[in-house]
Amino acid sequence: MLYAIRSLPFLWQGLFVTLEVSALVVFFSLIAGVILGVGIVYGPWWLYWPIRIYSDFLRGIPLLVLIFFLYYALPFVSINLTNIAAVVLALAAFETAHIIEVVRGAIQSIPRGQNEAAKTIGLTFGKRLLYVIAPQAVRRFLPPWINAVVDTVKGSALVSLVGIVDLTLAIQQVIGRTYIPMPLYILGAVMYFVINYSLSSASRALEARFAYIRE
Amino acid sequence: MTEISSTSPVVRIRGLRKSFGTNLVLDGIDLDVRKGEVVVVIGPSGSGKTTLLRCINLLETYDEGSIQVDGVEVGFRDGAGAVRHRRSDRELSRIRADIGMVFQLFNLFPHLTARENVMLGLRKVRGLSAAEAKRTAEQWLVRVGLGDKLDSLPNQLSGGQQQRVGIARAVAMDPKVLLLDEITSALDPELVGEVLTVVQELAHDGMTMIVVTHEMTFARDASTRIVFMDGGRIQVEGSPRQVLSMINHERLKAFLARIELKQH
Repeated sequence: MLYAIRSLPFLWQGLFVTLEVSALVVFFSLIAGVILGVGIVYGPWWLYWPIRIYSDFLRGIPLLVLIFFLYYALPFVSINLTNIAAVVLALAAFETAHIIEVVRGAIQSIPRGQNEAAKTIGLTFGKRLLYVIAPQAVRRFLPPWINAVVDTVKGSALVSLVGIVDLTLAIQQVIGRTYIPMPLYILGAVMYFVINYSLSSASRALEARFAYIRE
Repeated sequence: MTEISSTSPVVRIRGLRKSFGTNLVLDGIDLDVRKGEVVVVIGPSGSGKTTLLRCINLLETYDEGSIQVDGVEVGFRDGAGAVRHRRSDRELSRIRADIGMVFQLFNLFPHLTARENVMLGLRKVRGLSAAEAKRTAEQWLVRVGLGDKLDSLPNQLSGGQQQRVGIARAVAMDPKVLLLDEITSALDPELVGEVLTVVQELAHDGMTMIVVTHEMTFARDASTRIVFMDGGRIQVEGSPRQVLSMINHERLKAFLARIELKQH
C-alpha cells in the first residue's frame, strides 16, 4: 500500500501524458474538423466527395486498427513516426471525422432563411459565416463536440498499446510491481472520471450561456 | 420625393426564363420598375411571382434573359452573349447590398437584438462606425414604431413587431429597390395592419418597391401598378384601377374570386 502511495508521482506523470495527448488531439481535430466540415457543407463537389469518403471511412474502422496501422504498417513504406506522433495523428484523424459530422449537423440545423437574409443585406460568404451562421451553429455544436472530447480522453488510453506511458499504462506498471490492482484501478477510473465529468459540466454551463432561443 | 422619373428604370427585366429541373417557372418576363414606383405582383401560388422576386437579388439564379438593377446586370458579369459568366460571391454581395428584401418568415437573426439586427449590415457591409450604425438603426426602429424594443431579441417580439424589424433592417441599408415577399402572409390577421402601415409610409416617401402580396386592399390603395402573373408569365399589367376592373379577363377574374373567398 505504501508503495502504491509512493508511486503517485509516477501516476501523475502518466496523467500528464494522457492530458497532453488529449489536448493535442482536441486542438488539431477541432481545426481540421471545422475547416473540413465547412467544406463539406459549402464546398463544390470536388471538395465534398473526398471529405465525405474520408469521414465515412475513418468512422468505419476501429481506432485501434488505425493506431496500429500508423505505427506498425507505415514503416514498411519508409514512413517512420515516433509512437507519440503516430497516436496523436491516429486519434486526431479519427476525431476529425466525427467533428466534420458535428459541424455539418450544426450548420445544416440552421434554417436556410438565415443565410438568405445575410446574403440580402450584402454580407460576403466569410461574414455570413462569422456573424450569422457560426454564432447560431455554436450552440448546436457544443454538446456533441464535448462528447467527442470526452471520447478522445477515453480513447487516449489506447496509446498505452504502443508503449506510451499514459495514465493507463502507468497504472498497469505500478500494479505489476505492487500486485494490488483494485485500489489502483479505482484510482485510475476516478482520475478519468474527474476529467470527463468536469468537461461535461463545463459543457452544460456553456450551453446555458448560448441558450438565447427558448425552444 | 414621390415623382416618378422618366429616366432609365431602377429594375429592368427582359426575357427572363428560369426552370427548376424540367419545371419552367418563369417563361419570358419583361418588367420595368422606375424610381418611386410601387409595383404589386399578384397571382396564384406557383405562378412564379416569388421566384421572380428572388431572381432580382439572385437568391435564385436565372437561365436566360436579363435583370438589371440600376443598370448593372445582376446574375452575370457580361451582357447577353452566348456564354455568360456568373458573378462571384463578392460581386453579388456588393449588388445585393443595394437591394433590400423582406421575407415572409421574417428571417431575423435570433442571436441579435432588434438594434443589432439592423446594425449588422450597416457595420459590416456599409462600414459605418458603431456609433453611426447605432444611430441609424435606432432612427429606423423608431420610425417603424419599435423605439421601445431596441434591445429585444426576436423571440421576445410579436410577429408584426418582428416583421417591422425586418423592414427596418432592409431599409436602413438605403436600398435602390425594396423587395417584399408576402410579408404579411405569416401574420395573425390583427397584426397585418401595423406592417402594411409601415410599408405605405415608405411608399409615400418614394421608396421603389416590388411587392408580392395577396392583400388586395393594399394593392388597390398603395401601388402605382399591378402585375398579374400566371403560368410563369405576366398576363396583365396596369394601374390598380385598370387591372382590378378587368372583369372580362378569365384567369384574373378567377384568381380575384378565389382571393375574395379566402378573405371573407
